[in-house]
Amino acid sequence: MTVRDALPPAHGAPGPSAAPTPAPLAGGVVPPATTARLFLAADPTFAAHRAVYGPMPGIEHPNALVDEVRLSGLDGRGGAGFSVWRKLAAVLASTARTNTAHNNSGGMRTKRPIVVGNGSEGEPLSRKDETLMRRAPHLVIDGLLACAAVVGATEATLYVSTEGANAMRTALAERADGARIAVVVAPDGFVTGEATAVANALEHGVSVPRDHVVHLSESGVRGRPTLVQNVETLAQLALIARFGAAWFRSIGTEDEPGTRVVTVSGAVDAPQVIEVAGGTPVQTIIAACMNAADGADPADKADPADDADAAAGALSSVRAVLIGGYHGGWVPSGDLAVPLSRAALEPYGAHPGAGVLFVLGTGGCGLETSANIAAYLAGQSARQCGVCVNGLPAMADVLSRLAARHRDARLPAEIVRLAELVTGRGSCSHPDGTARFVLSSLTAFQTDVRAHLEGRCEVYG
Amino acid sequence: MAARRFESTGSTGTLLHIDWTRCDGRGLCTELLGDQLDRDEWGYPLARVDSGSLEARDRSNVPIPADQQDAAADAVALCPVQALRLVPRP
Ligand code: SF4
Ligand code: SF4
Repeated sequence: MTVRDALPPAHGAPGPSAAPTPAPLAGGVVPPATTARLFLAADPTFAAHRAVYGPMPGIEHPNALVDEVRLSGLDGRGGAGFSVWRKLAAVLASTARTNTAHNNSGGMRTKRPIVVGNGSEGEPLSRKDETLMRRAPHLVIDGLLACAAVVGATEATLYVSTEGANAMRTALAERADGARIAVVVAPDGFVTGEATAVANALEHGVSVPRDHVVHLSESGVRGRPTLVQNVETLAQLALIARFGAAWFRSIGTEDEPGTRVVTVSGAVDAPQVIEVAGGTPVQTIIAACMNAADGADPADKADPADDADAAAGALSSVRAVLIGGYHGGWVPSGDLAVPLSRAALEPYGAHPGAGVLFVLGTGGCGLETSANIAAYLAGQSARQCGVCVNGLPAMADVLSRLAARHRDARLPAEIVRLAELVTGRGSCSHPDGTARFVLSSLTAFQTDVRAHLEGRCEVYG
Repeated sequence: MAARRFESTGSTGTLLHIDWTRCDGRGLCTELLGDQLDRDEWGYPLARVDSGSLEARDRSNVPIPADQQDAAADAVALCPVQALRLVPRP
Protein backbone atom coordinates (compact mmCIF):
# COMPACT_ATOMS: atom_id res chain seq x y z
CA MET A 1 0.00 0.00 0.00
CA THR A 2 1.40 3.40 -0.91
CA VAL A 3 0.04 6.12 1.25
CA ARG A 4 1.60 9.50 0.92
CA ASP A 5 0.76 12.13 3.44
CA ALA A 6 -0.50 14.99 1.39
CA LEU A 7 -0.77 18.41 2.92
CA PRO A 8 -4.31 19.13 3.93
CA PRO A 9 -5.89 21.42 1.34
CA ALA A 10 -4.94 25.03 1.98
CA HIS A 11 -8.44 25.95 3.05
CA GLY A 12 -9.16 22.71 4.83
CA ALA A 13 -10.94 19.73 3.44
CA PRO A 14 -14.57 20.06 2.40
CA GLY A 15 -16.73 19.83 5.47
CA PRO A 16 -20.18 20.67 6.77
CA SER A 17 -19.31 23.92 8.47
CA ALA A 18 -16.74 26.68 8.54
CA ALA A 19 -15.70 28.61 11.59
CA PRO A 20 -16.08 32.35 11.95
CA THR A 21 -12.74 34.14 11.81
CA PRO A 22 -11.47 33.97 15.39
CA ALA A 23 -9.88 36.89 17.18
CA PRO A 24 -6.12 36.75 17.75
CA LEU A 25 -4.98 35.66 21.20
CA ALA A 26 -2.19 37.24 23.21
CA GLY A 27 1.09 37.12 21.35
CA GLY A 28 -0.60 37.50 17.98
CA VAL A 29 -1.51 33.81 17.71
CA VAL A 30 -4.64 33.26 15.64
CA PRO A 31 -6.65 30.10 16.37
CA PRO A 32 -6.87 27.97 13.22
CA ALA A 33 -10.03 28.98 11.38
CA THR A 34 -10.46 26.13 8.88
CA THR A 35 -10.35 22.35 8.86
CA ALA A 36 -6.56 22.56 8.62
CA ARG A 37 -5.76 22.55 12.31
CA LEU A 38 -3.15 19.97 13.21
CA PHE A 39 -0.74 20.36 10.29
CA LEU A 40 -0.29 24.13 10.20
CA ALA A 41 3.36 24.26 11.26
CA ALA A 42 5.69 24.87 8.32
CA ASP A 43 8.00 22.10 9.52
CA PRO A 44 8.24 19.77 12.54
CA THR A 45 10.55 22.03 14.56
CA PHE A 46 9.67 23.51 17.92
CA ALA A 47 10.17 27.02 16.50
CA ALA A 48 7.66 26.46 13.69
CA HIS A 49 5.23 24.93 16.18
CA ARG A 50 5.47 27.89 18.56
CA ALA A 51 5.13 30.35 15.71
CA VAL A 52 1.78 28.91 14.65
CA TYR A 53 0.20 27.75 17.88
CA GLY A 54 1.91 29.90 20.51
CA PRO A 55 2.95 28.61 23.94
CA MET A 56 0.97 25.99 25.80
CA PRO A 57 -0.93 27.54 28.71
CA GLY A 58 0.08 26.30 32.17
CA ILE A 59 -2.22 23.76 33.83
CA GLU A 60 -3.07 25.48 37.11
CA HIS A 61 -6.46 23.89 37.62
CA PRO A 62 -6.55 20.29 36.40
CA ASN A 63 -10.32 20.12 36.76
CA ALA A 64 -10.75 23.17 34.55
CA LEU A 65 -8.96 21.44 31.68
CA VAL A 66 -10.91 18.21 32.25
CA ASP A 67 -14.07 20.27 32.06
CA GLU A 68 -12.96 22.01 28.88
CA VAL A 69 -12.27 18.62 27.32
CA ARG A 70 -15.72 17.47 28.45
CA LEU A 71 -17.36 20.46 26.80
CA SER A 72 -15.35 19.87 23.62
CA GLY A 73 -16.81 16.37 23.22
CA LEU A 74 -13.40 15.02 22.15
CA ASP A 75 -13.40 11.24 21.72
CA GLY A 76 -10.35 8.96 21.62
CA ARG A 77 -8.74 8.59 18.20
CA GLY A 78 -7.06 5.22 18.67
CA GLY A 79 -10.03 3.15 17.59
CA ALA A 80 -12.29 2.51 20.55
CA GLY A 81 -13.48 6.13 20.66
CA PHE A 82 -13.87 6.43 24.43
CA SER A 83 -14.74 9.83 25.79
CA VAL A 84 -11.45 11.51 26.65
CA TRP A 85 -12.61 13.53 29.65
CA ARG A 86 -14.10 10.41 31.28
CA LYS A 87 -10.75 8.62 31.12
CA LEU A 88 -8.96 11.66 32.55
CA ALA A 89 -11.53 11.98 35.33
CA ALA A 90 -11.35 8.25 36.10
CA VAL A 91 -7.57 8.33 36.51
CA LEU A 92 -7.78 11.49 38.61
CA ALA A 93 -10.42 9.91 40.84
CA SER A 94 -8.70 6.57 41.28
CA THR A 95 -5.35 8.25 41.99
CA ALA A 96 -7.03 10.28 44.73
CA ARG A 97 -8.79 7.16 46.03
CA THR A 98 -5.70 4.91 46.13
CA ASN A 99 -3.62 7.57 47.76
CA THR A 100 -6.22 8.28 50.43
CA ALA A 101 -6.57 4.56 51.11
CA HIS A 102 -2.81 4.15 51.32
CA ASN A 103 -2.37 7.09 53.65
CA ASN A 104 -5.11 5.78 55.90
CA SER A 105 -3.58 2.33 56.01
CA GLY A 106 -0.37 3.56 57.55
CA GLY A 107 2.01 5.52 55.38
CA MET A 108 2.43 3.21 52.41
CA ARG A 109 3.95 4.87 49.38
CA THR A 110 1.48 6.75 47.26
CA LYS A 111 0.81 5.51 43.75
CA ARG A 112 1.61 7.99 41.07
CA PRO A 113 -0.38 7.50 37.90
CA ILE A 114 1.21 6.42 34.62
CA VAL A 115 0.54 8.43 31.47
CA VAL A 116 1.15 6.93 28.05
CA GLY A 117 0.85 8.38 24.55
CA ASN A 118 0.01 5.56 22.18
CA GLY A 119 1.30 5.88 18.61
CA SER A 120 1.91 2.19 17.96
CA GLU A 121 -0.65 2.17 15.12
CA GLY A 122 -0.97 -1.60 14.73
CA GLU A 123 -3.69 -1.20 12.12
CA PRO A 124 -1.98 -1.92 8.77
CA LEU A 125 -4.26 0.48 6.86
CA SER A 126 -3.54 3.46 9.12
CA ARG A 127 -0.75 5.99 8.64
CA LYS A 128 -2.25 8.95 10.44
CA ASP A 129 -0.42 8.54 13.74
CA GLU A 130 2.93 8.23 12.01
CA THR A 131 2.11 11.26 9.85
CA LEU A 132 1.11 13.26 12.88
CA MET A 133 4.29 12.36 14.76
CA ARG A 134 6.43 13.30 11.78
CA ARG A 135 4.59 16.52 10.98
CA ALA A 136 3.29 17.77 14.32
CA PRO A 137 5.29 16.06 17.08
CA HIS A 138 5.15 19.07 19.38
CA LEU A 139 1.37 19.04 19.56
CA VAL A 140 1.61 15.42 20.72
CA ILE A 141 4.19 16.37 23.36
CA ASP A 142 2.10 19.34 24.54
CA GLY A 143 -0.95 17.09 24.90
CA LEU A 144 0.95 14.36 26.71
CA LEU A 145 2.49 16.78 29.21
CA ALA A 146 -0.92 18.38 29.76
CA CYS A 147 -2.43 14.97 30.57
CA ALA A 148 0.45 14.26 32.94
CA ALA A 149 -0.10 17.61 34.67
CA VAL A 150 -3.83 16.96 34.97
CA VAL A 151 -3.47 13.61 36.72
CA GLY A 152 -0.38 14.56 38.73
CA ALA A 153 2.28 12.54 36.94
CA THR A 154 5.78 13.96 36.67
CA GLU A 155 6.81 11.76 33.78
CA ALA A 156 5.18 10.23 30.76
CA THR A 157 5.89 7.62 28.12
CA LEU A 158 5.44 7.51 24.37
CA TYR A 159 4.74 4.01 23.09
CA VAL A 160 5.19 4.38 19.35
CA SER A 161 6.14 2.76 16.06
CA THR A 162 9.77 2.79 14.93
CA GLU A 163 9.15 5.67 12.50
CA GLY A 164 7.23 7.57 15.16
CA ALA A 165 10.04 7.05 17.69
CA ASN A 166 12.63 8.73 15.46
CA ALA A 167 10.42 11.76 14.91
CA MET A 168 9.46 12.02 18.56
CA ARG A 169 13.05 11.69 19.84
CA THR A 170 14.15 14.51 17.56
CA ALA A 171 11.31 16.70 18.79
CA LEU A 172 11.85 15.86 22.47
CA ALA A 173 15.52 16.82 22.20
CA GLU A 174 14.48 20.31 21.11
CA ARG A 175 12.74 21.26 24.33
CA ALA A 176 13.64 21.27 28.02
CA ASP A 177 10.47 19.54 29.15
CA GLY A 178 11.18 16.76 26.64
CA ALA A 179 13.43 15.10 29.20
CA ARG A 180 10.35 14.08 31.17
CA ILE A 181 9.14 11.83 28.38
CA ALA A 182 10.53 8.37 27.68
CA VAL A 183 10.15 6.76 24.27
CA VAL A 184 9.39 3.05 23.99
CA VAL A 185 9.28 1.38 20.59
CA ALA A 186 6.25 -0.84 20.07
CA PRO A 187 6.71 -4.09 18.16
CA ASP A 188 4.73 -4.56 14.96
CA GLY A 189 1.44 -6.38 15.28
CA PHE A 190 -2.27 -5.81 15.16
CA VAL A 191 -3.03 -6.24 18.87
CA THR A 192 0.16 -4.69 20.33
CA GLY A 193 -1.51 -1.28 20.64
CA GLU A 194 -4.48 -2.54 22.65
CA ALA A 195 -4.47 -0.64 25.94
CA THR A 196 -3.81 -3.62 28.22
CA ALA A 197 -1.07 -4.75 25.80
CA VAL A 198 0.53 -1.33 26.18
CA ALA A 199 0.40 -1.68 29.97
CA ASN A 200 1.85 -5.18 29.70
CA ALA A 201 4.64 -3.95 27.42
CA LEU A 202 5.66 -1.20 29.82
CA GLU A 203 5.52 -3.51 32.84
CA HIS A 204 6.82 -6.81 31.51
CA GLY A 205 8.19 -6.03 28.07
CA VAL A 206 5.65 -8.25 26.33
CA SER A 207 3.15 -6.52 24.09
CA VAL A 208 0.20 -8.87 24.40
CA PRO A 209 -3.17 -8.00 25.91
CA ARG A 210 -3.82 -9.24 29.42
CA ASP A 211 -6.72 -10.34 31.53
CA HIS A 212 -8.40 -7.61 33.53
CA VAL A 213 -11.41 -7.22 35.78
CA VAL A 214 -10.87 -3.56 36.56
CA HIS A 215 -10.14 -0.77 34.12
CA LEU A 216 -6.59 0.47 33.56
CA SER A 217 -7.60 3.81 35.03
CA GLU A 218 -7.83 1.97 38.33
CA SER A 219 -5.04 -0.55 38.05
CA GLY A 220 -2.68 -0.63 35.10
CA VAL A 221 1.11 -0.62 34.95
CA ARG A 222 2.41 -2.09 38.26
CA GLY A 223 -1.01 -1.60 39.78
CA ARG A 224 -0.88 2.16 39.24
CA PRO A 225 -3.74 4.16 37.71
CA THR A 226 -2.87 4.26 34.02
CA LEU A 227 -3.97 6.64 31.29
CA VAL A 228 -3.39 5.54 27.70
CA GLN A 229 -4.28 8.07 25.00
CA ASN A 230 -3.72 7.92 21.27
CA VAL A 231 -1.27 10.50 19.86
CA GLU A 232 -3.93 12.25 17.74
CA THR A 233 -6.11 12.55 20.82
CA LEU A 234 -3.19 14.25 22.58
CA ALA A 235 -2.61 16.67 19.70
CA GLN A 236 -6.31 17.60 19.66
CA LEU A 237 -6.20 18.07 23.42
CA ALA A 238 -3.22 20.42 23.06
CA LEU A 239 -5.35 22.62 20.80
CA ILE A 240 -8.36 22.51 23.13
CA ALA A 241 -6.12 23.58 26.03
CA ARG A 242 -5.04 26.60 23.97
CA PHE A 243 -8.17 27.67 22.12
CA GLY A 244 -11.04 26.15 24.13
CA ALA A 245 -14.00 23.87 23.66
CA ALA A 246 -16.14 26.37 21.73
CA TRP A 247 -13.38 26.81 19.18
CA PHE A 248 -13.01 23.01 18.91
CA ARG A 249 -16.72 22.61 18.22
CA SER A 250 -16.80 25.39 15.63
CA ILE A 251 -16.01 22.77 12.99
CA GLY A 252 -17.71 19.44 12.56
CA THR A 253 -21.19 18.50 13.72
CA GLU A 254 -23.00 18.40 17.06
CA ASP A 255 -22.28 14.65 17.40
CA GLU A 256 -18.86 14.66 15.76
CA PRO A 257 -17.24 17.94 16.76
CA GLY A 258 -13.81 19.07 15.60
CA THR A 259 -11.60 17.53 12.99
CA ARG A 260 -10.35 14.01 12.53
CA VAL A 261 -7.27 12.70 10.75
CA VAL A 262 -8.09 9.90 8.32
CA THR A 263 -6.04 7.57 6.15
CA VAL A 264 -7.55 6.87 2.73
CA SER A 265 -6.08 3.95 0.81
CA GLY A 266 -6.97 1.30 -1.74
CA ALA A 267 -8.57 2.06 -5.11
CA VAL A 268 -8.17 5.83 -5.09
CA ASP A 269 -5.96 8.00 -7.31
CA ALA A 270 -4.22 9.65 -4.39
CA PRO A 271 -4.00 7.57 -1.21
CA GLN A 272 -3.36 10.04 1.59
CA VAL A 273 -3.61 11.14 5.17
CA ILE A 274 -6.02 14.04 5.40
CA GLU A 275 -7.63 16.12 8.14
CA VAL A 276 -11.40 16.37 7.71
CA ALA A 277 -14.28 17.90 9.64
CA GLY A 278 -16.18 15.47 11.89
CA GLY A 279 -19.31 14.16 10.19
CA THR A 280 -18.02 14.74 6.64
CA PRO A 281 -19.83 12.43 4.19
CA VAL A 282 -17.68 9.47 3.20
CA GLN A 283 -18.14 10.21 -0.51
CA THR A 284 -16.75 13.73 -0.07
CA ILE A 285 -13.56 12.33 1.45
CA ILE A 286 -13.19 9.67 -1.25
CA ALA A 287 -13.89 12.14 -4.05
CA ALA A 288 -11.19 14.46 -2.68
CA CYS A 289 -8.70 11.62 -3.04
CA MET A 290 -9.82 10.95 -6.60
CA ASN A 291 -9.54 14.49 -7.90
CA ALA A 292 -6.28 15.41 -6.27
CA ALA A 293 -4.37 12.75 -8.22
CA ASP A 294 -1.64 14.49 -10.23
CA GLY A 295 -3.05 17.92 -10.93
CA ALA A 296 -6.30 18.46 -12.77
CA ASP A 297 -6.88 16.48 -15.90
CA PRO A 298 -7.02 18.90 -18.89
CA ALA A 299 -10.10 17.10 -20.17
CA ASP A 300 -11.84 17.86 -16.88
CA LYS A 301 -10.98 21.53 -17.15
CA ALA A 302 -12.58 21.77 -20.56
CA ASP A 303 -15.63 19.99 -19.25
CA PRO A 304 -18.17 22.17 -17.43
CA ALA A 305 -19.22 19.32 -15.10
CA ASP A 306 -19.85 20.55 -11.59
CA ASP A 307 -18.41 19.08 -8.42
CA ALA A 308 -21.29 16.72 -7.75
CA ASP A 309 -21.00 15.15 -11.19
CA ALA A 310 -17.28 14.86 -10.75
CA ALA A 311 -17.78 13.16 -7.38
CA ALA A 312 -20.35 10.78 -8.85
CA GLY A 313 -17.97 9.97 -11.69
CA ALA A 314 -15.07 9.37 -9.32
CA LEU A 315 -17.21 7.12 -7.13
CA SER A 316 -18.43 4.98 -10.03
CA SER A 317 -15.24 2.93 -9.72
CA VAL A 318 -15.94 2.15 -6.03
CA ARG A 319 -17.48 -1.15 -4.93
CA ALA A 320 -17.37 -0.55 -1.19
CA VAL A 321 -15.43 1.30 1.49
CA LEU A 322 -14.09 -0.38 4.61
CA ILE A 323 -14.42 2.11 7.45
CA GLY A 324 -12.73 1.78 10.82
CA GLY A 325 -10.02 -0.58 9.64
CA TYR A 326 -9.84 -4.35 9.91
CA HIS A 327 -12.09 -4.28 12.97
CA GLY A 328 -14.52 -2.04 11.13
CA GLY A 329 -17.23 -2.65 8.58
CA TRP A 330 -17.95 -2.29 4.87
CA VAL A 331 -20.20 0.43 3.52
CA PRO A 332 -21.44 -0.51 0.02
CA SER A 333 -21.09 1.96 -2.85
CA GLY A 334 -24.77 2.93 -2.83
CA ASP A 335 -24.55 4.25 0.74
CA LEU A 336 -21.48 6.48 0.55
CA ALA A 337 -23.44 9.62 1.45
CA VAL A 338 -23.21 8.35 5.04
CA PRO A 339 -21.37 10.79 7.32
CA LEU A 340 -18.22 9.79 9.14
CA SER A 341 -20.04 9.57 12.47
CA ARG A 342 -20.43 6.92 15.11
CA ALA A 343 -24.23 6.87 14.98
CA ALA A 344 -24.54 6.80 11.20
CA LEU A 345 -21.91 4.08 10.75
CA GLU A 346 -23.17 1.77 13.47
CA PRO A 347 -25.67 -0.09 11.23
CA TYR A 348 -22.70 -1.12 9.05
CA GLY A 349 -20.69 -2.47 11.98
CA ALA A 350 -18.33 0.41 11.21
CA HIS A 351 -17.08 3.32 13.31
CA PRO A 352 -14.93 6.41 12.69
CA GLY A 353 -12.43 4.71 15.03
CA ALA A 354 -8.86 5.41 14.02
CA GLY A 355 -10.04 7.08 10.80
CA VAL A 356 -9.28 4.33 8.32
CA LEU A 357 -11.02 4.35 4.94
CA PHE A 358 -10.02 1.57 2.55
CA VAL A 359 -11.58 1.71 -0.89
CA LEU A 360 -12.40 -1.49 -2.76
CA GLY A 361 -12.68 -0.82 -6.49
CA THR A 362 -15.19 -2.41 -8.82
CA GLY A 363 -12.36 -4.65 -10.07
CA GLY A 364 -12.06 -6.42 -6.70
CA CYS A 365 -14.22 -9.16 -5.20
CA GLY A 366 -15.51 -8.12 -1.78
CA LEU A 367 -15.65 -11.67 -0.46
CA GLU A 368 -12.13 -12.49 -1.57
CA THR A 369 -10.75 -9.29 -0.03
CA SER A 370 -12.68 -9.94 3.18
CA ALA A 371 -11.44 -13.53 3.36
CA ASN A 372 -7.85 -12.32 3.04
CA ILE A 373 -8.35 -9.78 5.81
CA ALA A 374 -10.05 -12.39 8.04
CA ALA A 375 -7.11 -14.74 7.50
CA TYR A 376 -4.70 -11.96 8.40
CA LEU A 377 -6.68 -11.19 11.56
CA ALA A 378 -6.75 -14.85 12.56
CA GLY A 379 -2.96 -14.87 12.21
CA GLN A 380 -2.66 -11.78 14.42
CA SER A 381 -4.17 -13.49 17.46
CA ALA A 382 -1.76 -13.17 20.36
CA ARG A 383 -2.41 -16.91 20.81
CA GLN A 384 -3.30 -16.66 24.48
CA CYS A 385 -7.01 -17.42 24.52
CA GLY A 386 -8.34 -20.73 23.28
CA VAL A 387 -11.47 -19.37 21.66
CA CYS A 388 -9.47 -16.78 19.71
CA VAL A 389 -6.81 -19.31 18.70
CA ASN A 390 -9.39 -21.85 17.48
CA GLY A 391 -12.37 -19.73 16.52
CA LEU A 392 -10.78 -17.04 14.36
CA PRO A 393 -9.04 -19.44 11.94
CA ALA A 394 -12.25 -21.50 11.77
CA MET A 395 -14.25 -18.41 10.87
CA ALA A 396 -11.67 -17.24 8.33
CA ASP A 397 -11.61 -20.69 6.78
CA VAL A 398 -15.36 -20.80 6.18
CA LEU A 399 -15.25 -17.31 4.69
CA SER A 400 -12.43 -18.36 2.36
CA ARG A 401 -14.51 -21.31 1.18
CA LEU A 402 -17.34 -18.91 0.41
CA ALA A 403 -14.89 -16.63 -1.41
CA ALA A 404 -13.62 -19.61 -3.42
CA ARG A 405 -17.22 -20.34 -4.55
CA HIS A 406 -17.74 -23.64 -2.78
CA ARG A 407 -21.34 -24.49 -3.54
CA ASP A 408 -22.37 -25.15 0.03
CA ALA A 409 -25.49 -23.24 1.11
CA ARG A 410 -24.64 -23.77 4.80
CA LEU A 411 -21.52 -21.56 4.70
CA PRO A 412 -23.12 -18.17 5.54
CA ALA A 413 -25.00 -19.60 8.54
CA GLU A 414 -21.80 -21.26 9.76
CA ILE A 415 -19.95 -17.93 9.58
CA VAL A 416 -22.71 -16.27 11.61
CA ARG A 417 -22.62 -19.09 14.17
CA LEU A 418 -18.84 -18.85 14.62
CA ALA A 419 -18.96 -15.05 14.82
CA GLU A 420 -21.53 -15.34 17.58
CA LEU A 421 -19.51 -18.04 19.34
CA VAL A 422 -16.24 -16.07 19.55
CA THR A 423 -17.70 -12.68 20.47
CA GLY A 424 -16.91 -11.59 24.03
CA ARG A 425 -14.76 -14.64 24.71
CA GLY A 426 -11.21 -13.35 24.67
CA SER A 427 -9.12 -11.19 26.96
CA CYS A 428 -9.16 -8.39 24.44
CA SER A 429 -11.64 -7.31 21.78
CA HIS A 430 -9.80 -8.97 18.89
CA PRO A 431 -12.37 -11.78 18.53
CA ASP A 432 -15.23 -9.25 18.72
CA GLY A 433 -13.71 -6.94 16.14
CA THR A 434 -12.91 -9.81 13.79
CA ALA A 435 -16.43 -11.20 14.12
CA ARG A 436 -17.93 -7.79 13.45
CA PHE A 437 -15.82 -7.35 10.32
CA VAL A 438 -16.69 -10.80 8.98
CA LEU A 439 -20.42 -10.25 9.58
CA SER A 440 -20.26 -6.89 7.81
CA SER A 441 -18.74 -8.55 4.74
CA LEU A 442 -21.73 -10.94 4.56
CA THR A 443 -24.13 -8.00 4.72
CA ALA A 444 -22.36 -5.57 2.41
CA PHE A 445 -21.71 -8.22 -0.24
CA GLN A 446 -24.93 -10.19 0.03
CA THR A 447 -25.53 -10.31 -3.72
CA ASP A 448 -22.01 -11.65 -4.12
CA VAL A 449 -22.73 -14.26 -1.44
CA ARG A 450 -25.70 -15.50 -3.48
CA ALA A 451 -23.67 -15.53 -6.69
CA HIS A 452 -20.76 -17.37 -5.07
CA LEU A 453 -23.08 -20.04 -3.72
CA GLU A 454 -24.19 -20.62 -7.31
CA GLY A 455 -20.56 -20.87 -8.37
CA ARG A 456 -20.46 -17.44 -10.00
CA CYS A 457 -18.57 -14.26 -9.15
CA GLU A 458 -19.44 -10.76 -10.32
CA VAL A 459 -15.78 -9.90 -10.72
CA TYR A 460 -14.11 -13.12 -11.80
CA GLY A 461 -17.06 -14.52 -13.76
CA MET B 1 -2.05 -9.36 37.11
CA ALA B 2 -2.82 -6.66 39.60
CA ALA B 3 -6.46 -6.72 40.52
CA ARG B 4 -8.43 -6.26 43.65
CA ARG B 5 -9.12 -9.29 45.79
CA PHE B 6 -12.79 -9.90 46.25
CA GLU B 7 -14.67 -11.81 48.89
CA SER B 8 -17.48 -14.03 47.75
CA THR B 9 -20.49 -12.84 49.71
CA GLY B 10 -22.94 -15.43 48.47
CA SER B 11 -25.95 -13.28 49.16
CA THR B 12 -26.34 -10.92 46.25
CA GLY B 13 -24.85 -13.17 43.61
CA THR B 14 -21.49 -12.75 41.95
CA LEU B 15 -19.82 -12.96 38.58
CA LEU B 16 -17.49 -15.79 37.66
CA HIS B 17 -14.63 -14.15 35.78
CA ILE B 18 -12.83 -16.29 33.22
CA ASP B 19 -9.22 -15.42 32.44
CA TRP B 20 -9.05 -16.60 28.84
CA THR B 21 -5.30 -16.21 28.76
CA ARG B 22 -5.05 -19.03 31.31
CA CYS B 23 -7.99 -21.31 30.60
CA ASP B 24 -6.96 -24.38 28.64
CA GLY B 25 -10.43 -25.78 28.20
CA ARG B 26 -10.20 -28.83 30.41
CA GLY B 27 -13.86 -28.45 31.24
CA LEU B 28 -13.89 -29.03 34.96
CA CYS B 29 -15.85 -25.86 35.64
CA THR B 30 -18.44 -26.75 33.03
CA GLU B 31 -19.16 -29.96 34.94
CA LEU B 32 -19.49 -28.22 38.29
CA LEU B 33 -21.67 -25.43 36.91
CA GLY B 34 -23.67 -27.19 34.25
CA ASP B 35 -26.61 -24.81 34.51
CA GLN B 36 -24.43 -21.76 33.96
CA LEU B 37 -21.72 -23.09 31.66
CA ASP B 38 -21.81 -25.10 28.46
CA ARG B 39 -18.71 -26.33 26.61
CA ASP B 40 -18.00 -25.08 23.11
CA GLU B 41 -16.67 -27.31 20.35
CA TRP B 42 -13.09 -26.77 21.54
CA GLY B 43 -13.88 -27.45 25.20
CA TYR B 44 -13.90 -23.87 26.49
CA PRO B 45 -16.59 -22.69 28.91
CA LEU B 46 -19.53 -20.97 27.25
CA ALA B 47 -21.92 -18.94 29.38
CA ARG B 48 -25.54 -20.04 29.05
CA VAL B 49 -26.90 -16.52 28.90
CA ASP B 50 -28.78 -15.23 25.94
CA SER B 51 -29.90 -11.79 26.92
CA GLY B 52 -29.09 -8.61 25.10
CA SER B 53 -27.34 -8.01 21.84
CA LEU B 54 -24.22 -9.79 20.71
CA GLU B 55 -22.14 -6.75 21.64
CA ALA B 56 -23.70 -6.15 25.04
CA ARG B 57 -22.93 -9.60 26.35
CA ASP B 58 -19.99 -9.92 28.63
CA ARG B 59 -19.22 -13.58 28.36
CA SER B 60 -16.04 -13.34 30.39
CA ASN B 61 -18.05 -12.56 33.52
CA VAL B 62 -20.76 -15.15 34.07
CA PRO B 63 -23.60 -14.33 36.49
CA ILE B 64 -23.76 -16.90 39.31
CA PRO B 65 -27.05 -17.18 41.21
CA ALA B 66 -27.00 -17.30 45.00
CA ASP B 67 -27.70 -21.05 45.19
CA GLN B 68 -24.70 -21.81 43.00
CA GLN B 69 -22.12 -19.86 45.00
CA ASP B 70 -20.65 -22.97 46.57
CA ALA B 71 -20.30 -24.75 43.25
CA ALA B 72 -18.70 -21.64 41.79
CA ALA B 73 -16.28 -21.41 44.71
CA ASP B 74 -15.37 -25.07 44.12
CA ALA B 75 -14.72 -24.37 40.46
CA VAL B 76 -12.44 -21.47 41.40
CA ALA B 77 -10.53 -23.68 43.82
CA LEU B 78 -10.30 -26.69 41.52
CA CYS B 79 -9.54 -25.10 38.13
CA PRO B 80 -6.15 -26.64 37.36
CA VAL B 81 -4.74 -23.43 35.88
CA GLN B 82 -6.33 -20.84 38.23
CA ALA B 83 -8.27 -19.27 35.39
CA LEU B 84 -11.35 -18.49 37.47
CA ARG B 85 -12.18 -15.90 40.08
CA LEU B 86 -15.35 -14.58 41.69
CA VAL B 87 -15.98 -10.87 41.49
CA PRO B 88 -18.93 -8.87 42.83
CA ARG B 89 -21.60 -7.74 40.43
CA PRO B 90 -21.00 -4.12 39.54
S1 SF4 C 1 -8.44 -12.55 22.49
FE1 SF4 C 1 -6.92 -13.23 21.01
S2 SF4 C 1 -5.70 -11.43 20.56
FE2 SF4 C 1 -6.86 -10.98 22.43
S3 SF4 C 1 -5.53 -11.58 24.12
FE3 SF4 C 1 -6.74 -13.37 23.65
S4 SF4 C 1 -5.55 -14.55 22.16
FE4 SF4 C 1 -4.69 -12.50 22.25
S1 SF4 D 1 -11.75 -25.47 34.88
FE1 SF4 D 1 -10.35 -23.83 34.37
S2 SF4 D 1 -9.12 -24.61 32.65
FE2 SF4 D 1 -10.93 -25.92 32.86
S3 SF4 D 1 -12.38 -25.06 31.41
FE3 SF4 D 1 -12.83 -24.19 33.41
S4 SF4 D 1 -11.66 -22.32 33.45
FE4 SF4 D 1 -10.84 -23.50 31.77
